[in-house]
Amino acid sequence: MIFVENVSKSFVLHNQGAAEIPVMQGASLRVAAGECVSLVGASGAGKSTLMRMIYGNYLTASGRIMVGDLDVASAPPREIIRLRRETLGYVSQFLRVVPRVSTLDVVAEPLLSTGTARDDAMAQAEALLRRLNIPKRLWALSPTTFSGGEQQRVNIARGFAFPYPALLLDEPTASLDPTNRATVLAMIEEAKARGAALIGIFHDHAARDAVCDRQLDVTQFTPGLAA
Amino acid sequence: MTPLLQVENLAKFYGHRIGCTDVSFDLFPGEVMGIVGESGSGKSTLLNCLAGHLTPDRGAVRFDTRAEGLKDTITMSEPERRMLGRTDWAFVHQHARDGLRMNVSAGGNVGERLMAVNARHYGNIRAEAIDWLGRVEITQDRIDERPTAFSGGMQQRLQIARNLVTGPRLVFMDEPTGGLDVSVQARLLDLLRSLVREMNLSAIIVTHDLAVVRLLADRLMVMKDGHVIETGLTDQVLDDPQQAYTQLLVSSVLQV
Repeated sequence: MIFVENVSKSFVLHNQGAAEIPVMQGASLRVAAGECVSLVGASGAGKSTLMRMIYGNYLTASGRIMVGDLDVASAPPREIIRLRRETLGYVSQFLRVVPRVSTLDVVAEPLLSTGTARDDAMAQAEALLRRLNIPKRLWALSPTTFSGGEQQRVNIARGFAFPYPALLLDEPTASLDPTNRATVLAMIEEAKARGAALIGIFHDHAARDAVCDRQLDVTQFTPGLAA
Repeated sequence: MTPLLQVENLAKFYGHRIGCTDVSFDLFPGEVMGIVGESGSGKSTLLNCLAGHLTPDRGAVRFDTRAEGLKDTITMSEPERRMLGRTDWAFVHQHARDGLRMNVSAGGNVGERLMAVNARHYGNIRAEAIDWLGRVEITQDRIDERPTAFSGGMQQRLQIARNLVTGPRLVFMDEPTGGLDVSVQARLLDLLRSLVREMNLSAIIVTHDLAVVRLLADRLMVMKDGHVIETGLTDQVLDDPQQAYTQLLVSSVLQV
């Protein structure tokens, strides 16, 4: 489902003496449907960079990144937008939403934008929020004022609302209590069971071992760090 | 798929100074494109050329008309272009007073655009006006007041209602949230986003506010000195800017 082949990237900082910083070289990765692969490596090794390249918010200098049958590395913006709407989900560590939009609407949005009827989308959003223990009295409020753990769970609810065939998870269990953590791990298992291809970054080793089938050390792709 | 708007090699000069030049892009139905750049970068000149308010010196702006498909709006007749301006296009000005009639009631402002497309039944026009005022959160009891009695945020919402009542397919926006305080901006952003989705609108938004484009625009175009220096997916341009100027722009935003 996800196939990364010989990918490289460097950052050029024009306003700091045009310093060129190579950050990735020869990265390759293959994730099949129903599989979960975790990216590992020390901080700064390029786990998030690789994930952002797959999602398309970092440009790729060379190589191919196939998600389904689209090459993210060379696709025009509108095809990446469609890929993100229908195929590729992303649970980031930070919640970025329009202020004043209710939590329920935030979670239902991926469903609404793929054509689910409003009542249906709202019912599914409610079920997700209930499952992730977001108290009902908060549903009508904007998540911008929520605690870190609550925002994280809203983010997860939103990311799992639509059954994406491919899903990227950036520290999905970072600030969760044991009960919610178990719920999220169960949701990841369910996504695998329905055939989703997942790539995750987990600092929580127990969680990683519980849901991931394989690990990929990105240090081997870090220029200057490879052994 | 046919693009809704196809811009090719557009240029506008003021004497020998460059307004904007070498601008080409396609906009597809349902797409929202942001144009950012500092004051004087040519973004408003470009928007006004696209919307037919200024005549460009070079290039083509083809719009997918309902009757004849793609047609160059620069060479079409004045009445034809005016008709587009009343029906398929909408223009939201930064200052609501530029887009409203300040001495006509709120209901009249919305109704006028309907009458321009041959609505004649007073009852229907008023009902439609009330419906639209409701959608932009202006209560029915304010319908007979003039916009001069409205706050800045309400005026801006009224301008949006006036523009969208005829069901346009393409909306041009020039700093739609500029000059409004942030709580009002948030409400307006939410409104614009839901209208874009519900009506499958395409929009071109000129702004210098990067937070606004991140939330509203699918694609981003960065302008400097009349040239387009960088384009791409909005979050890609903001998270991984390639050009020196874009990097400066992104890194200059104050963190709250």
